[in-house]
Formats: sequence, C-alpha cells, structure tokens
Amino acid sequence: MIGAEELLGLYEQMALIRRTEKAAHDLFMAGLVKGTTHLAAGQEAVAVGASAALRTDDYVFATYRGHHHAMARGASAEECLAELMSKATGICRAKGGSMHLTKASAGMLGSYAIVGSHLPMAAGAAWSAKLRGTGQIAVAFFGDGATNIGAFHEALNLAAVWSLPVVFLCENNFYMEYTPIGRVTAVANPAADRAPAYGLKGEVIDGNDVIVVAEAVSRAAARARDGGGPSLIEAHTYRHYGHSRTDPAKYRPGEEVERWLKHDPLDIARSRLEALGVPAGAVAEADSRARETVEAAVTAAKEAPDADPAEAFTDVWADGGAAWRT
Amino acid sequence: MADVITYRAAVAEGIAREMRRDPAVVCLGEDIGEAEGVFKTTVGLYKEFGPDRVWDTPISEQAIAGAAMGAAMTGLRPVAEIMFSDFLACCWDYLANEIPKVRYMTGGQVTVPLVVRTANGGGLGFGAQHSQAVENWALTVPGLKIAAPSTAADVIGLMAAAIRSDDPVVFFEHKGLLAVEGPLPRGDHVVELGRAAVPRPGGDLTIVALASTVPTALAAADRLAAQDGVHAEVVDLRCLVPLDMTAVLESVERTSRLLIVEENPYQGGWGATVASIVADEGFELLDAPVRRVAAACVPLPFADALEDEVIPTVDKVTEAAQALVRY
Repeated sequence: MIGAEELLGLYEQMALIRRTEKAAHDLFMAGLVKGTTHLAAGQEAVAVGASAALRTDDYVFATYRGHHHAMARGASAEECLAELMSKATGICRAKGGSMHLTKASAGMLGSYAIVGSHLPMAAGAAWSAKLRGTGQIAVAFFGDGATNIGAFHEALNLAAVWSLPVVFLCENNFYMEYTPIGRVTAVANPAADRAPAYGLKGEVIDGNDVIVVAEAVSRAAARARDGGGPSLIEAHTYRHYGHSRTDPAKYRPGEEVERWLKHDPLDIARSRLEALGVPAGAVAEADSRARETVEAAVTAAKEAPDADPAEAFTDVWADGGAAWRT
Repeated sequence: MADVITYRAAVAEGIAREMRRDPAVVCLGEDIGEAEGVFKTTVGLYKEFGPDRVWDTPISEQAIAGAAMGAAMTGLRPVAEIMFSDFLACCWDYLANEIPKVRYMTGGQVTVPLVVRTANGGGLGFGAQHSQAVENWALTVPGLKIAAPSTAADVIGLMAAAIRSDDPVVFFEHKGLLAVEGPLPRGDHVVELGRAAVPRPGGDLTIVALASTVPTALAAADRLAAQDGVHAEVVDLRCLVPLDMTAVLESVERTSRLLIVEENPYQGGWGATVASIVADEGFELLDAPVRRVAAACVPLPFADALEDEVIPTVDKVTEAAQALVRY
C-alpha cells in the first residue's frame, strides 16, 4: 500500500515531469531545441507509478516518448533538457537527443525510436536476469501503436515460452501517431486482447491513476520475481500535446480532449492526497519545489557548454573510439 | 583428438571453448539445441552445457536478435544464430538500427558484447532466398564488426575473438566451406579481429578475397603459376570491420596490381570499399586499373549451371588475373 508520504513524493515526480515537458515545449518554440520532441505530458502516472513498484536494479526499456520514463528512473530535469538543447552536459552527451534518453546507471536502458523494437530487448534482459539468478525483472513501456508490429508478438511469445520475468506495459493513449488506434486494430484493447493468444492475462487499468498503476505493476513484478513469468498491462492514458512537435493534434474531437483533461493524473493524485488528509499546503510546496527545480534546470542547461564536435567520433566501440579500418 | 577438423565442427568447437572459459557465454537460435543446428554447427553444445545456456527459439528473428541485445546489455555474452544469412533481413532493424547504435546514442552508457552468427553464401543450389552472400549488408552499418573466416582454424580463432569482444560482431559462416577440413589449432587460439592473412605470397598481382573466395583465389593462383608463370599473392581479409587496409596496401605496393574477389553482388559489394581506398591512398602504387570479380547483379538462380554464371569461379578469377597482368 502506498501511504500519504509516498504518494506525495510520486505527485512531486509527476509535477516535475509535467513542468519539464512544458519547458521542453517552450524551449523548442524559442529555437533552443532542435529536431523533434514527443512529449509525455498527461502520461506521467504510467512511468511514475510503475517505477514506484520496481527495485532500483530492475531494467526499464522505453520509447521515443520517453522523457517521463527516464525521469521516473532518476534522470534529472537538467540532464534531460541539456540533452534536448545539444549541450555537453546532456544525459547522452548530446548524441541521443529527445528520442533516446537513457540512464543506464539507474537501470533505464534506453529509449528506442523504432516502434516495438525494445520489447524483445526487455525479454532478453529478463532472460539474463533469470539466468544470473538475480531476482531482477525487466519492464518494457510501449504505445498502442506498437501492438501492430511483429516485434511485439515475437517478444510476447518468446517471453511466455521461456517464462521470463518481464512486464509489458502498454501506454494506450488511443492514437498511433495521428490515427485512432481503433481504426487500424482488429480488437478493442490493442494490447490486452492479444495477450491471451500467448497464454498471458491482459489487464486493462486506468493509467492516469498513479496508485492503480503502482499496484498493478507491483502484482506483475511480484509474479515475475516468483517465477510466474511475464505479464501484460494496458494502461489507458492520454497525451496533452500532439504526437510530435509539429502535430497540433486537430484530429482529436474536442469533447474527447476535454474529458481526458478532466481526468488528469495530477488532479487524480491531488484528490487522493486530499482524501488521505495531506494538507493543501504540502501539495503546494511540492508544486513549488518542482517549479524551482525546472527553472534551475532550464537556466543550467542554457548556460552549459555546447557539445564538443570531437564527441562525434567517440563511443562507437567499447574502447571509446570509432576506428573501422587500418 | 584428431589433428584436423572440419569448418563445420570448428564452429561448435570455437563456441564450446568460450563457453567453458566464460559462464556468461550463452547461445540462442532456431534448432540449435537438441537438434544441434540445421547445419550441424552446434553439435555437442546442448549436451555439454544444457538448456540453461543453449536455448532453442521459435522462428522469430526479431526476438532472437532483440533478446540477444537485451541480454548483452545486462551481463551476458550471447551468441545468436540466424539460420541463413538471408534471414538477417527479418531482423534487420536490430542489425541496422539497434545493436550498432545503442552505445553511441547513449553517449557510451551501454555495451553490447554479442555475436550474431549466420550461414552465408551460395554454391549449393539453394536458390535466391537461401544462398546470398550478404557481408556487404553489414558493411553499410557503422558500429558492427564483421568476421568471415575461410578456414577451420580461423573459425575457432575468430570465434574466440568475436565472443570476447565487447563490441557486436556479425560472424559469417560460409555454407560452401562447412565440409572442408583444416588443421585443428591447439591451446588458446585467438585470431585478432581485423588482421588479414596472406595464405599465398606472390609478386605479380594481389588478389584480395574473403571466406569462400579465398579457396577460389588460391585455386586460381595455382593455375596462374602452372599455366602462365604468374605469381599471385592472395590476401584473406578475414574481417571487413575492422578492415585491414594496411595489409592490402602493403601487398599492392609489392605487386602494383589489384584484383578483388567477392561473392556479394558487384553493386554495393564490399570490394568497392576496398577499391575506393586503394584509389584514394594507393593510386601511385598501381600499374593497372583495380578489377573486381563479384557476383552478377541478379538474384541468385537455382540451377548449378545458372548459379555458376552468377558467382565468382576459378575460371573467372583466372581470366581476370590474366587480363590484369597483360594490361
């Protein structure tokens, strides 16, 4: 059970992510972030709730919409924003960018921008943990769009037949990029309805309620650690921004957007905190700490040195270099 | 123990030596366990190391490559088999986008010490989807090391180096060489990745070859010596990345003539990279144009008579060498 104090901490993490995403958006509009971003504002509860249920040495694999996953595993707002701003202090030394935030030291083994590619990797990390007997598990976060790609199906089958300690956690935000997922998928629940084909139970949950997510992932993680094999959870959620920077998301009906904005993960957590008797002042303090952290992160990232051009030629090989011929 | 070993048995021997040495080495692939591999290149592994270290997979190339990657990032040294190299296309995302890039794009936060081994090449009449030589596919992707041995001893030595490497290695085992016997190396036999061999020295022209084209080049060199008194030097690259251009340029410095023999198609073949480097850096060394004998730019046909038309043969290499010496 998650108590008031822990929930307040989770709330603050979500508030921090929300404000970091807003800062990323604003920095992009100011011309300080290049390329593209896929913001996760609105989907914070999935990452934060799941991370609350994991051990610090568990493995997490995420997608190109992965700022929240990196931060939920301990990446700082500053190192994430610095990465987006092509700074030497970026979390991937400005070689990854928004789509590849990674914090390997915290078991966050990458954000992958080829849809579905990381599900087999998570199965492999789980296989490794099982062979090494460490009790670790792996979690793959993925979107609803990934459920229609082959790697999803290959990974579920392999994880099931090898009984691997892995949790497949679908963030169903109801749109594969610009198209409603229901229009291109043969079943109503794109992830959960496929699970029985691999002998797994597919669970559909409210992905905007951080407590619900944490409890569902806790159950799945315990099952995995006990040798019960893989689980699949489909968490319903909604993104506040478009698919990527250039997408105003005009294809989403107004009343649908309004309904989801009223089902905001931060509001839900606030209500729960209130019900647990946490004073409004404590919540406001968490909000202002998040605001101050992000403001300081933006300042620090702006002031950080740009990436050194010599970095282009490091880290291809394990010896740190890039030599391919004599 | 016999003094000789087949190329086929050398694959399993090379893997087994590393599995005995390092408990982090594990194998996965289709039919590699109890069935001991469709090419019998994993004979004995399941029996010696058991189901915890030799895993049979479904026909799921993406799951094989992706799981190997996830395992490599978390403390194991997986040796993944993709049964036919043509099937690399089924998991090309992992070889093009994931495995070679993850270390770089995370700023060096992770390493991927894995081997993807695969049966490569033609000459056995398997048709267009089971006969291709696709080393050139891997060569298009910075971040992959590429080994393609031509002898049983090199299979063992390069396998040791590939498995011990902290970088991802694509290991091409040539189907046409599986039955060929060679000396069995004793002790801790390791062939450093990226070191070419010179199985036949000569002063009149350099023939650069890889895997199956090494014995083809050696046979052509025998014929050239016997018929024409021409002494060809054969350079076996053994690896495409790292590419031992020092060895190639040193040889061309002695011979002034370069013939490249490659089984992949002429269009986009690895020989084009070798030729362009020699053109850039060795132009003054040359007394004749660089020539390439490569596969024709058509899908591989089934019938032997048609396949021989397409892939390099001793006749084609001999004729190209004769023309180059006459130039």
